[in-house]
Amino acid sequence: MATHADDNHALGQKPGHDAVYEMPDAAGHFGPYGGMFVPETLMYPLEELRLAYERCRTDPEFQAELDADLRDYVGRPSAIYHAERWSRELGGAQIFLKREDLNHTGAHKVNNTVGQALLARRMGKTRIIAETGAGQHGVASATVAARLGLECVVYMGEVDIARQEANVYRMRLLGAEVVAVKSGSRTLKDALNEAMRDWVTNVDNTFYIIGTVAGPHPYPMMVRDFQAVIGREARAQMLERTGRLPDALVACVGGGSNAIGLFYPFINDAEVAIHGVEAAGEGLPSGHHAAPLCAGKPGVLHGNRTYLMEDSNGQIIETHSISAGLDYPGVGPEHAWLKDSGRAHYDSITDDEALSAFHHLTRTEGIIPALESSHALAYAHKLAPTMRTDQTILINLSGRGDKDMHTVARHDGLVL
Amino acid sequence: MSRIAARFEQLKQQGRTALIPFVTAGDPSPETTVALMHAMVAAGVDIIELGVPFSDPIADGPVIQRATERALAKGVRLIDVLAMVRAFRECDAQTPVVLMGYLNPIEIMGYAAFSQQAQAAGVDGVLIVDLPPEEGHELVSLMKAQGVDLVYLLAPTSTEARIALIGELASGFVYYVSIKGVTGAAHLDTDDVARHVATIKSIIPLPVGVGFGISDAETAARVAQVADAVIVGSALVSRIEALVETPERIPETIADFLATLRTAIDTPST
Repeated sequence: MATHADDNHALGQKPGHDAVYEMPDAAGHFGPYGGMFVPETLMYPLEELRLAYERCRTDPEFQAELDADLRDYVGRPSAIYHAERWSRELGGAQIFLKREDLNHTGAHKVNNTVGQALLARRMGKTRIIAETGAGQHGVASATVAARLGLECVVYMGEVDIARQEANVYRMRLLGAEVVAVKSGSRTLKDALNEAMRDWVTNVDNTFYIIGTVAGPHPYPMMVRDFQAVIGREARAQMLERTGRLPDALVACVGGGSNAIGLFYPFINDAEVAIHGVEAAGEGLPSGHHAAPLCAGKPGVLHGNRTYLMEDSNGQIIETHSISAGLDYPGVGPEHAWLKDSGRAHYDSITDDEALSAFHHLTRTEGIIPALESSHALAYAHKLAPTMRTDQTILINLSGRGDKDMHTVARHDGLVL
Repeated sequence: MSRIAARFEQLKQQGRTALIPFVTAGDPSPETTVALMHAMVAAGVDIIELGVPFSDPIADGPVIQRATERALAKGVRLIDVLAMVRAFRECDAQTPVVLMGYLNPIEIMGYAAFSQQAQAAGVDGVLIVDLPPEEGHELVSLMKAQGVDLVYLLAPTSTEARIALIGELASGFVYYVSIKGVTGAAHLDTDDVARHVATIKSIIPLPVGVGFGISDAETAARVAQVADAVIVGSALVSRIEALVETPERIPETIADFLATLRTAIDTPST
């Protein structure tokens, strides 16, 4: 495991260390990654979306509306919390948690759905579709659709429906139609395929809210921008609390939206080390994992070029993680770029390590984390002891663990 | 002149519309495909489209998704599809073959290797569903160097500017997706198709094929009046699906169905 909290990273984007990070380019490329790899039918709707988003991005009225929603509806800013007891026990760096678990609906996902739903309304779309894995993005989409009175259809793999029953029920309570996807591996990637097919068919009235920083341009950029509120707040909060920037950032990476949200506002701060944590499942050598950055190779899926879990013939292979939200064979193209450029470091954590961190945070700090976020916690558990006690680690606690009670109990041999 | 261009030139002189069947390569098994291709030629088709199986076919409806899954379950890879074309070419040097699929298997094989191997196998055109012109320049120039046509999709949502952009890169023919939706969907509006085809023809000097949503002889005949080629996929694949237990009956059943389409297309309208 690399522990280069003191290293100075070059940006890697262009020659020269003082280059300001400006990604993606106009066509949505992050170096060789990203882009728009979609059927022709979607090219014009994506162009419409890009233009609408450009207008909103620079429109003070839209931004004021978004800020008000984030404050009054989501409950922002979310706190940062100094996990003193845990830090003391590890005997190294001071650990701070960015409390995205305290948001309305219980995870960072709502930051993005609030933004995209406002955009959908501005574009005059009356129908929202979304894909979901763990159900958090589906719940966050159903939530904003209910609030704005928009029809909402959520695509979810049959396998995920079985392991996230509570979230399925929440979506239905909120008035969304949850469609079980039975094709392929019946998980998140297939839900995304099905949502794309719906969008191709219903482009005129439908807005597709992608839940992560993947998909065709402008989604990786737009979702990052909406999630970057996490890092902007955290940067100011850390400066206020500790008088300086954190030495290291740690976040879990499935598609990578909570991670980019935290990382992005720190990319030009070369003294801040950035660690993304993928799901190693049963261990990278087992092949049963969801760690494309650590063990995959570049390819094209779901509208962008990025690192993928694929076989030697270019077929996408099934992934495994105990956390449904990380169980995805691709990763946002900006992470692929940050990996290749060396600005961020990516590692992986197994199911067992994540579960152990889940229990540990619960018992030590009285906070029950999501299994996704538990991967970041487990990594920090290894990183902190290698650092000095006057250094700091900021972890994105991207969601709360309520949705994972059944999974954890089952793992402990209990049936709730 | 490429085999595709030559075929369209010949049809134009005869005043006929092309009939282009689509089947997924290796469905229901790799052994069936080459015989099926020959049977389709005997039934009067002009160009064959072979689907290259991919695990995540986002533009395909349930019928072709299932065909893809059947082929993948038999382990059909891009190199196997190229081998099928090579085997077909041993007995047929005339009928153009177009591969239709998604980018990732080609990306993993490598653009240069794919272009060479496709040409060597006797492939005449390639249609990559998720490779719009904006991302396609590198592959287009490699394919052109090999004399393989790049066939592009056009959609009801394509603006005139996009049609012009695609016209700069496309060769062989262009494929108009007649509906907003996935393969195999219903409700094709022929008047709407006629308007779009006219717009495309005013901008791109290539034959225009129409597909997605043509499932019977009557629709095929109506589309044939406005298009240079009628492309039929899901209607064939669902017939193949019905015969997975008796694959020996597939070539004849498909040929019989294509013959009815051929007749309908060639019959002058009243």
